[in-house]
Amino acid sequence: MIDIDLNMVNWARAQFALTAMYHWLFVPLTLGLSFLCAFFESIYVKTGKNEWKAITKFWMTLFGINFAIGVATGIILEFEFGTNWSNYSWMVGDIFGAPLAIEGIFAFFLEATFFAVMFFGWNRVSKKFHLFSTWMVAIGSNLSAVWILVANAWMQNPVGMAFNPTTTRFEMVNFAEVVFNPVAVAKFTHTSSSGFLYASLFVLTVSSWYLIKGKHLEMAKKSIIVASVFGLISSVFVVFTGDQSAFDVSQKQPMKLAAMEGMYKGEKPAGLSLFGIVNGDKKPGDAQDAFHLNIKFPFVLSYLANRSFDSFVPGIDDLVYGNPDEKIESVASKIEKGKQAIQDLAKFKNASKNKNSQLTNEALVNFKENEKYLGYGYLDSSEEAVPPVPLTYYAFRVMFILGSFFPLLFAAFLFFTMKNTVAEKKWLLPFGLIAGLLGIFASQSGWIVAEVGRQPWAIKGLMPVKVATTNLTAGNIQVTFALFLIVFTLLLIAEIKIMLKQISIGPEETK
Amino acid sequence: MIGSLDYSTLQQLWWMICSIVGALFLFLTFVQGGQTLIWQLAKTDHETSLIVTSLGRKWEMPFTTLVLFGGALFAAFPKFYATSFGGAYWVWMLILFSFIIQAVSYEYRKKPDNFLGAKTYELFLLLNGVIGILLIGAAVGTFYTGSNFVLSDYNSVTWHYTLFGINLRGLEAAFSLFNLSLGIFLVLNARVLGALYLLNSIDFSKTSELESRTRSAVTKNFLISLPFLLYVLISVLVMDGFGFDSAGVFQIESYKYLNNLLAIPLLLILLLVGLLLVIFGVFITVFKNSNKGIWPAGLGTVLVGLAVLCLPAFNNTAFYPSKFDLQSSLSIYNASSSYFTLKTMSYVALGIPFVLAYVVYVWKLMDAKKLTSDEIKNEEAY
Repeated sequence: MIDIDLNMVNWARAQFALTAMYHWLFVPLTLGLSFLCAFFESIYVKTGKNEWKAITKFWMTLFGINFAIGVATGIILEFEFGTNWSNYSWMVGDIFGAPLAIEGIFAFFLEATFFAVMFFGWNRVSKKFHLFSTWMVAIGSNLSAVWILVANAWMQNPVGMAFNPTTTRFEMVNFAEVVFNPVAVAKFTHTSSSGFLYASLFVLTVSSWYLIKGKHLEMAKKSIIVASVFGLISSVFVVFTGDQSAFDVSQKQPMKLAAMEGMYKGEKPAGLSLFGIVNGDKKPGDAQDAFHLNIKFPFVLSYLANRSFDSFVPGIDDLVYGNPDEKIESVASKIEKGKQAIQDLAKFKNASKNKNSQLTNEALVNFKENEKYLGYGYLDSSEEAVPPVPLTYYAFRVMFILGSFFPLLFAAFLFFTMKNTVAEKKWLLPFGLIAGLLGIFASQSGWIVAEVGRQPWAIKGLMPVKVATTNLTAGNIQVTFALFLIVFTLLLIAEIKIMLKQISIGPEETK
Repeated sequence: MIGSLDYSTLQQLWWMICSIVGALFLFLTFVQGGQTLIWQLAKTDHETSLIVTSLGRKWEMPFTTLVLFGGALFAAFPKFYATSFGGAYWVWMLILFSFIIQAVSYEYRKKPDNFLGAKTYELFLLLNGVIGILLIGAAVGTFYTGSNFVLSDYNSVTWHYTLFGINLRGLEAAFSLFNLSLGIFLVLNARVLGALYLLNSIDFSKTSELESRTRSAVTKNFLISLPFLLYVLISVLVMDGFGFDSAGVFQIESYKYLNNLLAIPLLLILLLVGLLLVIFGVFITVFKNSNKGIWPAGLGTVLVGLAVLCLPAFNNTAFYPSKFDLQSSLSIYNASSSYFTLKTMSYVALGIPFVLAYVVYVWKLMDAKKLTSDEIKNEEAY
């Protein structure tokens, strides 16, 4: 067995969370604003009107400021798999590395090459080639999201691979299964459309500020129309892809769904919690109530989880302690089998090293019996299989409630802008002003649900986070954590200040 | 065709691909080299803007190539990725920090209300150019001199080098004269390339003094780099290396890298032709007043880089040797991905020429006209 320094593991977790959350402040804006810039520029090229060129260049400036810090905070994530999660990198590099390499070859170079044209090519290339370059940057940005999300989805639902006991790692056996993993498809569509939505909210925020201040009114209204249409379409898409994601979670990660709902006892039919106050002292298997207050939609969770209004949805206790009626095996039983798999793997490796073919074959046969429980063998207790419930529950509510509000906001802005009365709607503009901030909350909450909700697993069922780390001391990670916190915070302050200044300067033509 | 390649051929092919990406990165470090010249060459704000804008139009290329280099190593040689990045933690962290601060510096330097001030962002660019490239050179040096790690039966890496009770996690690479010399040479070579690139990219008709300072920087940095280059070359020829026998048992071999050069003459040719091209690029710049020296010198750097990265990997050599536990050393055969993954990735790699083609096309399109002083004043500039 491996000696595990849990203090170090938690610092490694914290560092990854810190760097990923900082990165995700900027990425969704890049994903969506790149397309919005392409829309604005397409209108300019189509109409030939310079006001659209000014609008394009204005949003492009904000895009560039955001893009730079997105790139800066992104490089660490690729290398952090190696620096802080080297056991993980070895165990799954055969599968996980490929999407990252493809991302580099096909997406990053598209962005990097055409980015220079987008910003410096206005007088160096033709109008149409410039437009083409802007579209290439948008497509490249979103292509990069495809591959990293394929990699992330594989961790949530490992498919297309087999464990090789000789090399002690998971190896890819079917590339198409990895790429077209249903979780990957749902994750990409949901994540990219949420990026479009967030960027549209950002445009509403800046434009609302102009309307409140009475500056750049025409530019603000034109921007609102394009962003509202894009945002409205995206937000509807987000709802449908979110529904698909929830369905996938219920099928592949039922523990995450139970944590998202704060549901300890399985229900048939099961209702969806609209809002509640979670009992933070509640532990699996105890007699305490899970909620101090819980408002539910009856039947809805059953439908979301199984596409059937009267189906059974397991709770945390069912999944931890087993439920024979629903044919759910307990975690204790899986841990026992996992520990046996670990012992058989060790016997296999010893026998192979000593070139004893009979013992090698016996150990391999025994290992294969319990192979799929390998990851459970590293858990110390059944309760360790439960993710942090209150955080997962509340993060899901924030995402869900805000995600339901955004289509209404876009519809209202679109309606009043089309009627040319939006500047007079003093009750609406403050909502527009905070829309970008709400978008960040929703987006970050979505990732908290996805990543906190899958704890304790780095790879579901196969590798817990605590055995995925590099053999470092906690002190090393504490120092780099502090450095990242300081550097990223300084850069974030710089980004916000520059962005605010550029917004106050406004588009070129109205200076 | 790819389907018919055997496992060891794919392993060699993928080391070649990774080496080509690494060698291209070394050429693209003209951006980092140029960054270290900003304060030395520019005497006015306008000259600073000219240099920064010229480099700024290319800053993403080395950055992206470095990311691709990491991704390709992760995909093709995950044991190296896990061992080196996890083991030599501090070397890689410092390299990464230097690239993090570079990424924002071009965009933010001249923007109003940029919080840290233009000089801070210029300092970030300098740090990226010096520390980033120096440490990358030292890290590449360990391919020849070895590192201090041991791998368990489950391939978990433990690093063994302490100074005053502190595990240096790879920083000790900089204590080796060979590694340090290679790192310093790469910094100086990047400065030569940076100056050559600026000469090719900027229209100096209104800034002739800047041109003469840039031309002089080529000469100075090239001459200063020679002792480091010679030390590295002579060391490679006479040093012991890390080989392995047919059973995969690693051992120290005398004159290993000299023997590799003799056993694989192509590497010797790449090295010599590459060095000659770099010298030719410098020669036509200094003595013929040419502005095209970047191209032969750039190609030369790619060829030398290719030789430097392939020499410690082929002919039964450990490319990431362990000084602490010889049998933990990594070769391209024990560190690679599975046959299936390498084969799949090889199909993907067929797209690389297409990517290179559009990169070259856009580069030519954007650099068709030299960067002028008027452009800095009137149009988009960093």
